[in-house]
Amino acid sequence: MAETVEKIKLLRGSPDLSLATYQIHDESHTIGNSLRWMLMKNPKVEFCGYSAPHPSENVINVRIQMYDNLSSLDALITALGDLDTVCETIEEEYLTSLRKGKFETWEEKS
Amino acid sequence: MPAQTFDDRRLVGVLAERITNVSSRDFPGHFPDEDHSWNLAKFKKNLKVQVQRLSNRSVDFDIVGVDSSIANAFRRIMLAEVPTVCIDQAYIWNNTTVIVDEVLAHRIGLVPLNIDPSKMIMRNPSDNPTDRNTMVFSIELACERNPKAPKGSTKPDELYINHELRSSHITWVPQGEQLEAFASLSPAPTNPNIVLAKLRPGQEVKMELHAVKGVAKDHAKFSPVATASYRLLPHIKITKPIPSHLAEKFQKCFSPGVIKIDPRTKAVSVDEQGVRNDSVSREVLRHPEFADSVQLSRVRDYFLFNVESEGPYEPERILPEAIKVMREKLAIIKQAAEALRDKSTSLDSDVVMADA
Repeated sequence: MAETVEKIKLLRGSPDLSLATYQIHDESHTIGNSLRWMLMKNPKVEFCGYSAPHPSENVINVRIQMYDNLSSLDALITALGDLDTVCETIEEEYLTSLRKGKFETWEEKS
Repeated sequence: MPAQTFDDRRLVGVLAERITNVSSRDFPGHFPDEDHSWNLAKFKKNLKVQVQRLSNRSVDFDIVGVDSSIANAFRRIMLAEVPTVCIDQAYIWNNTTVIVDEVLAHRIGLVPLNIDPSKMIMRNPSDNPTDRNTMVFSIELACERNPKAPKGSTKPDELYINHELRSSHITWVPQGEQLEAFASLSPAPTNPNIVLAKLRPGQEVKMELHAVKGVAKDHAKFSPVATASYRLLPHIKITKPIPSHLAEKFQKCFSPGVIKIDPRTKAVSVDEQGVRNDSVSREVLRHPEFADSVQLSRVRDYFLFNVESEGPYEPERILPEAIKVMREKLAIIKQAAEALRDKSTSLDSDVVMADA
């Protein structure tokens, strides 16, 4: 039963991968929408969109189309790296704000 | 303090019958001759994260300068993907209460526990329980008559002993090395006063309970939060002066503390601290005398988060945990994507495509 599923599957794409649809297993709008946003921030991306094809399928499909016959897989990897720095930056800022302690503290009854 | 001003592009208009400019447009190619490509330095410059209020159970913080997709990702992860430890299996040796076994087991499963999830590992369905992935609790309770009950009393508290099964009756049974590992805080429900069942003399409950680590997308009981939500910062712009005789009527159109009236001149202004509490009810737009003198909006990239912790995490720890989960997800996908790239280059031909 415990068959390992590929995390990313290439569904359909041109041979040079400048146009491709990737299926990411076990992900949802959480990753789908933020990844779509980061890919759209790339000026070499002509189009990027994602969909969750069916509620009972635990996958999302991400479509990427590139300008200049560039590889969409490279763009995807760059976007994933950039998203990670976004998370890191937000966490740092949050922890700095928490350390500075310039906020109201109060006691909440349960 | 004058109200903060924002670039019009950052505002989502709130009109009487509709909202405008909902989607973000800061993408390359949208505005001619403007660079909106990803730029970490620019992002860092515009980003503001500020904790506003912190209590023992909840935290309010602002995240400014991120896209809604990022803010929503954090919200979704805080709700459904930050792991916690909950009772997942109930072995019922005896239950003669009026609550049937499966209902009682369900109620017990929902009780939040104070166990730090980082000290445990996930248990897969095929794994055997060990002291690293399973926590054992037991319940043994029998109700009986109180021989010392005052005569003529009708109160269950006086008449019976153990007439309520409460969360405090869930007692930890340490396994293996758990006694040392959890020495600092002995595992127990966070709230000892949850009534799980009511008993009468002669009824008893005896069960063994196994708690495991899990995430709320599998079962809502694993959610570390009661709520995790965000709103956009309300923005009110007064475009025409409000006549002094209408000042109080104008003030009443908004939530308390949003509009200030100068006691001497009766001039109205927006309170910068108070405006974040406005409900943006649009009441002001119903009055023809005000409709043209005010513009209501919300700031698209100004997120006011409210997170209420329910369970093992201190409220201020939930966002960092969510970010950790997000980064783990990204790392796994990135690794898979790189493997896919290596495969396609090493084969020196195109990647084998799966059936669409």
